[in-house]
Amino acid sequence: MLAARVVQEQGIHVEGVNFFTGFCVEGHTHSIRDRKHEKPKRNNALWVAEQLGIKLHIIDISEDYKDVVLHPRHGYGQNLNPCLDCKIFMVGKTLELGLIDDLDFDFVLTGEVIGQRPKSQRRETMPIIAKESGANDRLLRPLCALNLPPTLPEREGWVNRDQLFGFHGRSRKPQMELAEKFGFSDYAQPAGGCCFLTDETYSNKLRDLWEARDSRDYQLDDIMLLKIGRHIRPRPHFKLIIGREEGENRFLAGYRNQFTHLVVTDYPGPLALIDGSPTTTDIELAARIVARYSQGRAADKLLVTVASATGLTRDIEVTPMAPNELEPSWHVGS
Amino acid sequence: MSAPNQPIKIVDARGLLCPLPVIRTQERIKQLTPGTILKVLTTDPGSLEDIPAWCRVHGHTVLETSHEHHDIQLVIRVSRK
Repeated sequence: MLAARVVQEQGIHVEGVNFFTGFCVEGHTHSIRDRKHEKPKRNNALWVAEQLGIKLHIIDISEDYKDVVLHPRHGYGQNLNPCLDCKIFMVGKTLELGLIDDLDFDFVLTGEVIGQRPKSQRRETMPIIAKESGANDRLLRPLCALNLPPTLPEREGWVNRDQLFGFHGRSRKPQMELAEKFGFSDYAQPAGGCCFLTDETYSNKLRDLWEARDSRDYQLDDIMLLKIGRHIRPRPHFKLIIGREEGENRFLAGYRNQFTHLVVTDYPGPLALIDGSPTTTDIELAARIVARYSQGRAADKLLVTVASATGLTRDIEVTPMAPNELEPSWHVGS
Repeated sequence: MSAPNQPIKIVDARGLLCPLPVIRTQERIKQLTPGTILKVLTTDPGSLEDIPAWCRVHGHTVLETSHEHHDIQLVIRVSRK
């Protein structure tokens, strides 16, 4: 937001690009969970675009992004976050917009600051991003430009280098002061907090998925479902995804034709999907776990409806699992 | 709203989460001529904020929004690109 405004202040036309990777925290769990009294969370990228008065292009890169997550050339950060590869990929994709969508632009700018992030925003990584993305000296970082060699837009005089900044380090104080100068009283989430791959629990769930399938791969539905519900893996070859409230149950219901699913018949309770290949004995175990999360958890016996993805249903009678029977290690992600 | 001989175009983004309804709307609008009326069907409550915001920054006009239970409809008039 600040970087764009710095360049706008020089009379330069700016348009925004925002990428959908599938791992965006942006509004998903908020949209799914049933928070009747809250307004939907704003989309920060759109909000920023409105504040700046610029167009925003939102691009779905979820399919191509798999390669970044599965094979990061520069490795992961603290969790499964491939931040450096991610930046290289996104700057490269932005350049492609000029070819594919016929957007005519002269250079790309980002809000990076040297030293702001331990993995991806270091002095050594700045030239790597510029080179490996293909942007080379058409990549301008207005907030820390004075700490870097002049780029093409500066050398050509399209941008006045004297009006750029030399921010560095983890402190955001200079940015906050600049924001105040521009009259911004509200900011979007700092980088990193907007991606589930920086989250330890989420990363553990993704690793569990790869391990269970013996394959480092995923589909968009897989990574969406990792954001939702309780994930309980009582056996290596299957796990349960159990809705935690009405909104999650409704979202999971959209997957009923892809998974065997269970619901308690006699009492209010969650919808649960089974991911994997459970045996008949496993189904009974799954039903007992689902019953544990229903309002009939204190009953001696209750009925659970088990439905296949093709719609075949049967009721089985089970005893809800006692709390001490539910192994802590079955909870995926923790 | 639309010219009599111009059928309303529809984007069905039901079941998709933010920002996919916005992306589907954006992709469809790229193919449409100015003045076309586009109806977007969605179930993501965030769409009620996000699609109008996207339309504002691109200059398109939201003519109507309606929200019944979990079904949301937005009617958009496409502007000049």
